[in-house]
Amino acid sequence: MPINERKRNDVTILDLKGKITIGAAEEALRDAVHKVLGNGSTKLVLNLKEVSTIDSSGVGELVSSYTSATNRGAKIKLANLPPKINDILTITQLITVFDVYGSEDEAVASFS
Amino acid sequence: MPGEHHFHLDVGSRFENIELVQVVLRDALQRLGVAEDARHWVDVAVREAVANAIKHGNAQDPGKQVHVDLFLEGEDVVIRIEDEGIGFDPEHLRNPLAPENLLKPNGRGIFYMRSFMDHIEYNPRPGGGTIVTLRKKVAGPTADPDSV
Repeated sequence: MPINERKRNDVTILDLKGKITIGAAEEALRDAVHKVLGNGSTKLVLNLKEVSTIDSSGVGELVSSYTSATNRGAKIKLANLPPKINDILTITQLITVFDVYGSEDEAVASFS
Repeated sequence: MPGEHHFHLDVGSRFENIELVQVVLRDALQRLGVAEDARHWVDVAVREAVANAIKHGNAQDPGKQVHVDLFLEGEDVVIRIEDEGIGFDPEHLRNPLAPENLLKPNGRGIFYMRSFMDHIEYNPRPGGGTIVTLRKKVAGPTADPDSV
């Protein structure tokens, strides 16, 4: 899964694309989040606008990223969830756990 | 057992092969006239079942295969996934919605399968392993392809 990293002031944005599924894609997400947190970033937005599919392993990786960030005093917010990804998080009630925003701008603004 | 439309596929126990199953499955469902939304959710459920067969059933042993069958039975599409592992007891699953499990990184795959299909069933495979059978109504006046 291609992951693009960029900054907006002190907020790091990770643009995720394609499938967040078991195997290489979940590992790519884990590595990218750990790298950002390891660099000392405390404000992270995962932009899921171009994510087509997520499976339970991908969801598990989002949960792990969320708890890793929280344990370090950082925050992860989700932006631009496609409807089917939203459905996946809703039925497992994770939509109530994550901070979810309709747009990247809203997610970034929520940190200030 | 299989009706007039029947697709069969054997794949090795590598996660990359989930994509191969998905391609064949999506093509088969499209040929059977299954609506796009229903195809998506069947696709998600089968992905979970095949991933479980590779990871938990066959323990990623490259010498073991996953066998996938798809067929229509009446108005239902039926997908059967078999692994060659040591078996599985579905009675010992934790509830992923319980507050103490909500932030656990795993344990949601079968919950998703149950959510997106009308019926799922586990049976021991003769000779060793597990057979999971997924069923979803995809035709007829009461089918609800948009349901999640």
